[in-house]
Amino acid sequence: MSYIELKNVSYRYPLAETDALKNINYAFEEGKLYGIIGENGGGKTTFCDLIKGLIPSFYGGDLTGEVFIKGKEIREWESSALASTIGYIFQNPFTQISGIKETVFEEIALGLENLGVEREEIIDRVTSVVRQLKIEHLIKNNPNKLSGGQRQRVAFASIIAMETDILVIDEPTSQLDPKGTSDIFEIIHLLKEQGKTILLVEHKIDLIAEYADEVLVIKQGELITNGKTSDVFSNVNLLNEGVNIPQIALLSNDMKEQGKPFDTFAITRSQAREQILKKGSEKICH
Amino acid sequence: MSLEVKDVSFAYPNGYVANENLHFTIEKGERVAIVGQNGAGKTTAVKLLNGLHKPTKGDVLVDGINTKDKTVAQISQYVGYVFQNPDDQIFNNTVKAELEYSFKHSKLTDEEINRRVERAAELTGIQQYMDMKPFDIPYSIRKFVTIAVFVALDTPYLILDEPTAGQDINGINRLAELMDILQGEGRSVITITHDMEFVADNFSRVIAMANKRIIADDSARNIFWNNDIVAESNISKPQIGELAEDIGSDNKILFRHELLEYLTRL
Repeated sequence: MSYIELKNVSYRYPLAETDALKNINYAFEEGKLYGIIGENGGGKTTFCDLIKGLIPSFYGGDLTGEVFIKGKEIREWESSALASTIGYIFQNPFTQISGIKETVFEEIALGLENLGVEREEIIDRVTSVVRQLKIEHLIKNNPNKLSGGQRQRVAFASIIAMETDILVIDEPTSQLDPKGTSDIFEIIHLLKEQGKTILLVEHKIDLIAEYADEVLVIKQGELITNGKTSDVFSNVNLLNEGVNIPQIALLSNDMKEQGKPFDTFAITRSQAREQILKKGSEKICH
Repeated sequence: MSLEVKDVSFAYPNGYVANENLHFTIEKGERVAIVGQNGAGKTTAVKLLNGLHKPTKGDVLVDGINTKDKTVAQISQYVGYVFQNPDDQIFNNTVKAELEYSFKHSKLTDEEINRRVERAAELTGIQQYMDMKPFDIPYSIRKFVTIAVFVALDTPYLILDEPTAGQDINGINRLAELMDILQGEGRSVITITHDMEFVADNFSRVIAMANKRIIADDSARNIFWNNDIVAESNISKPQIGELAEDIGSDNKILFRHELLEYLTRL
């Protein structure tokens, strides 16, 4: 059974003249990491809001078709039950921080309090998640006075602490330095290893190439391409659709055009490294 | 004509020291990227350039004028600072009003103001959003609204604080084009960013910061190929550079065409 399934889903915001999502069909499987990419304004965040149950309950508008989460249609879910099943990390960390808590510790605990988790359990979970995200030194700070990168880590911690089966993550690293970004991706990878199903919107295409099992490309509300990550990125024509392609995939394509293709089309640094070293040693052997 | 930062340190009123001994000059028409770890003091440093912060030690001179002798409003006629979070900057009801607001006390004619606002909208690609409420448009576009404000004001120095955050490939390309145009007009652009490919593609001079200080001020190539600096400032080489290092190239490769040439010669 599919974990999340969309059948003929279209959606139009209130007062809008065109559909923000157009006839989308897709089945997500449990335990996989899905990269959602495409131009800004194309519908990626709307897609996330839909899975999270914010559409149409929060935004209003017209939703047609069906969305099944763990086999149950989204309109039949209680919002509290959905909140403990799907965690949502917002695009803008400045929005996610509640603004009503005076310490980072309380901020991270807020979601758990709302779910009615026992006090001891809350303390355990918050303590463990701040260690995991390397923000132990911030727990007594005021969340409203953190830097962009720190807020992004706190926002991430708040959601991980909820221990939901599904995570919808909208650009988790936009404010982070490269080291902080790779730390976050290690955690995302770890969450996947723990069996979480993850939908990830991210512009850092190298990281999508490395971590996503499958990629969905959304443009002007339509799902224009989807498939295994390696298949999607070996089609460099997607550049014309406003989709960024990893530099390594473009290099593989360059090598092909120069008549010296790699044996398999590399889309990540480690794949390319392997191919190049293999080519090098073949040359020496002959 | 230049921005001079002379042995500047800055401490917040609560005593927290955010910048120590910054020393650099940015010439008119120059383009500089500031990179480095979160919390290194990048944003504090650029706020010193437009007078939002005044040095606790040392001086910042804008075309020879000490920022300590002027108000932020006076300095911002010369140095435009686009906030990291557009929502900290925007407060008008429409995009157009946001762009026009800065001319409230201007002596320019209405015609000239209109011309500048329209041109700024065109260069930043926001024409279609002019009559909309700023908070009804996507975050990535909102960032271009805040950039357009200073493009219209025509400040000789422009500081962009993480303009690449959340931008798609179209937005990145638009930023690059915009910087080319501004540089062509002799304006300086100082950009804080975490996007290393954007840095390699668009900046010849890079300032790397770590722990409140500048640890390197050099070409992009020299900075990315100095592993001590890369590690200390929490940055990374662009992917092509990392791959070149993986396979043992020592030619300081940063770009795909360079690596391709190296590989096809093997």
